[in-house]
Amino acid sequence: MAILEVKNLNIELGGVQVLENINFEVNRGDVLAIIGPNGAGKTTLLKAILGLIDYKGEIKWQQNIKIGYVPQRMDIETDVPLTVKEFFYLRGKQTTDAAIEDILKAVQLDEKILKSGFGEISTGQRQRILIAWAMMENPDALLFDEPTADIDIAGQESIYKMLYNLQKNFNLTIILVSHDLNIVYRYAEKVLCINRQALCIGTPEEILDTEHLTKLYGGEKGFYHHEHKH
Amino acid sequence: MNININLLQPLLVAVFVAGAASLLGVFAILKRMALVGDALSHVALPGIALALIFNFNLFLGAICFLIVATFGIWFLKYQSNLPIETIVGVFFAASLALGTLITPEQELLEALLGNITSLTWQESIISILSSLVLVIILLWIHKKLTINMISEEMASSIGINNKRLDFIYLMIFALAVALGIRFVGALLMGSLVIIPAASAKNITKSLYSFMGLSVVFGIVSSAFGIYISFIYNLSPGPIFILISSIFFVISLLIRRLR
Repeated sequence: MAILEVKNLNIELGGVQVLENINFEVNRGDVLAIIGPNGAGKTTLLKAILGLIDYKGEIKWQQNIKIGYVPQRMDIETDVPLTVKEFFYLRGKQTTDAAIEDILKAVQLDEKILKSGFGEISTGQRQRILIAWAMMENPDALLFDEPTADIDIAGQESIYKMLYNLQKNFNLTIILVSHDLNIVYRYAEKVLCINRQALCIGTPEEILDTEHLTKLYGGEKGFYHHEHKH
Repeated sequence: MNININLLQPLLVAVFVAGAASLLGVFAILKRMALVGDALSHVALPGIALALIFNFNLFLGAICFLIVATFGIWFLKYQSNLPIETIVGVFFAASLALGTLITPEQELLEALLGNITSLTWQESIISILSSLVLVIILLWIHKKLTINMISEEMASSIGINNKRLDFIYLMIFALAVALGIRFVGALLMGSLVIIPAASAKNITKSLYSFMGLSVVFGIVSSAFGIYISFIYNLSPGPIFILISSIFFVISLLIRRLR
């Protein structure tokens, strides 16, 4: 059964049509990757799914679904007076030390990090903390915007491995925006490619071939080498 | 030290108002709205001027103008895609200009720099109670405010209504300005909110020590400010700002040394 149904989704931002007639479904336990060139409307789509912006059409979550969201990047000052532990306790009264310990294990971080400042930990560590934070309420679905932007290759790989484990262990549905086709190929079960419109949807094997990518990113040669023949 | 009643009343008001404003400053800094206090305090000036001319309560005059301005800021933030800082800058400078022109000349210095010793008992009690209300609201919403500061999207994903939160925040900011304007005046109000929190931020690592220390700085500076101004017969607002600026410099030095 579909956990999320999107039908005839149209979004205008400041008079410009950003997304046009998007249709797709996500089933429970799916890992859906949304790919597309810069400015294709990926983040906008994610925000609409989260209910953050106005749209026309239908976005229907299954009833009583809990959604966790991991933001793309944040401009936090490195010296912001907020410890990682306090960050967890911001969630509310239901937060306990034991719950934090458990969730830190799931994202493979040491408890020592709780005493660190939220602004001084590395981007990779912060990303894990944000994932852990989103996992605190046992969500049914996790939404990510470029989960590994600004993280080095090795760090990206380990974050995806961790996500993969989380998804298996907690039967999570994951929707992520990514530009890293290599990662998408290995970890996603379903790929939605958009460039204002939905161009294709299917398994990575079906989508990530030259024909589809050319259509999505506008031609291999033109894209990589900027060769123009007149 | 012979504490007399003339000192006690402004001292109490100053300590409560400064404590509340300093706690608010923590979130003004976290939300990077440090200059909103300045802008808002300028808006209060025409309200104070009208209150002086038509002889009604100054606090009432200030708060009416502040509420309208706060609605304006909030509306601009959500309803228009114009650069808000420009509009706010122009609009608020114009308010200051207008306020300066229409404030009766003999009252102008007091409106610009404040004079807490001119408060009646009734006004003092209202100020203290309002400060307490401000602190209670802040403690009630501080977690939400912090999450909202980290990421608005993340906040709404856990059910926080960012628009409403922003509105509450701006409204208590307006209340703080209306309270503080009698203490430090329209020119220095922004500093009453910001300086203690800026000092605390320099030397703290956790949110709760940031909040606590900011309030301590605010209270200590205001108490000294009132006492010194009383002894030397000076205007308490500027003295408060100078003392809290000294705390800021000390906090910077400590930060460097660590």
